[in-house]
Amino acid sequence: MIPAAFDFKRASSADEAISLIGQYGDEAKFLAGGHSLIPLMKLRLAQPTMLIDIGRITDLSYIKDGGDHIAIGALTRHMDVEKSDLLKKHVPLLAHAAGHVGDAQVRHRGTIGGSLAHADSASDLPATTLALGATYIAQGPNGQRQIAAKDFYKGFLESALAPDEMLVEIRVPKNTGGWSFQKFNRRAQDWAIVGVAAWKNGKDSGVALVNMGSTPILATSVSAALASGASITEAAELAAAEAEPQSDLNASSDYRTHLAKVLVRRALEDSSK
Amino acid sequence: MKVSITVNGKKSEHDVEPRTLLVHYVRENLGLTGTNIGCDTSSCGACTVHLNGEAVKSCTILAAQADGCSVDTIEGLSKDGVMHPMQQAFMENHGLQCGYCTPGMVMAAIGLLNENPHPTEEDVRLGLEGNLCRCTGYHNIVKSVLAAAK
Repeated sequence: MIPAAFDFKRASSADEAISLIGQYGDEAKFLAGGHSLIPLMKLRLAQPTMLIDIGRITDLSYIKDGGDHIAIGALTRHMDVEKSDLLKKHVPLLAHAAGHVGDAQVRHRGTIGGSLAHADSASDLPATTLALGATYIAQGPNGQRQIAAKDFYKGFLESALAPDEMLVEIRVPKNTGGWSFQKFNRRAQDWAIVGVAAWKNGKDSGVALVNMGSTPILATSVSAALASGASITEAAELAAAEAEPQSDLNASSDYRTHLAKVLVRRALEDSSK
Repeated sequence: MKVSITVNGKKSEHDVEPRTLLVHYVRENLGLTGTNIGCDTSSCGACTVHLNGEAVKSCTILAAQADGCSVDTIEGLSKDGVMHPMQQAFMENHGLQCGYCTPGMVMAAIGLLNENPHPTEEDVRLGLEGNLCRCTGYHNIVKSVLAAAK
């Protein structure tokens, strides 16, 4: 399969990339690692006429200690997130979840910013950063702005990014709670049929669901129940309260709801160990 | 557009369409047909090559993205007619049946050992999760990789 024809420009800085996308408008797309976009283009589900390659903006590939958070450059590859000692120490849930994205070959190319900006509810990292209360930094022609992960996901493959904005950094609060990442799928490298990213620290918690609706879902009812003293089993029954799971070849909506409850219970038990 | 890619140590230059995939570049522009196209959806790993030393799926990378980079394919492994230790291990341990997945398996396995020279069996199984063998010959593939690691 070959994508529809397009033109190709390489940007060497975020400023240049944003200026180029302003110039080419709606028909242009940013290309980071390409592991979400190129498959869509090969299936002709996306047909941008201009690709702006941001994959070589190396100064957007970093993992830094920001005090109360870890700052991750948008072009940091999944493999680097997975192997980061800083993340393993301060946000182990994110390092672990990054190791579940695709397979080694995919993780060598795919980037955290690319995955989040693609806004696929079936991907692991949107839900994981949502559970962790991350903040995303977007840069546009008028400078940078912060977008909370909970305000970022607007619909199926739709984010709060304006057409001329690009994601430049992800800030993830340090998290010393217990944590768990549950991914239920049929084959090792598949997307989750349902996934759960969770952390728990006493009565505080964050729980987000993968592939339980058109966006990643923050299971706020679960966290509210735990905060008011409910048991894990009771709280997990509320797993799908915010979700609207779809039916597809892999699972019916009812089955997904069942999975979410089981996986949230397991994740919370795991986080309490 | 013009791209310049060093493949198996040899510099190549071709004028390609921006939509040319790296796998088509090595197969069609360079005639290196050892790299196979299997699923064409970055699932099966038959198209695995090394890009700047790391295993990647060449069906999901544009030749334009590899411009100025170095790429290694299955054809570049043997030196002076002597097989790479990983190829030798696959041969000795019956690590292939129909052979279709083999070039990708070998390239992924070498990439795995570059990053983890002493893997456990579980490391090998996890490390090769991006490569599918439809003969389901995984047992001997894992055995081959463990043998090559010795």
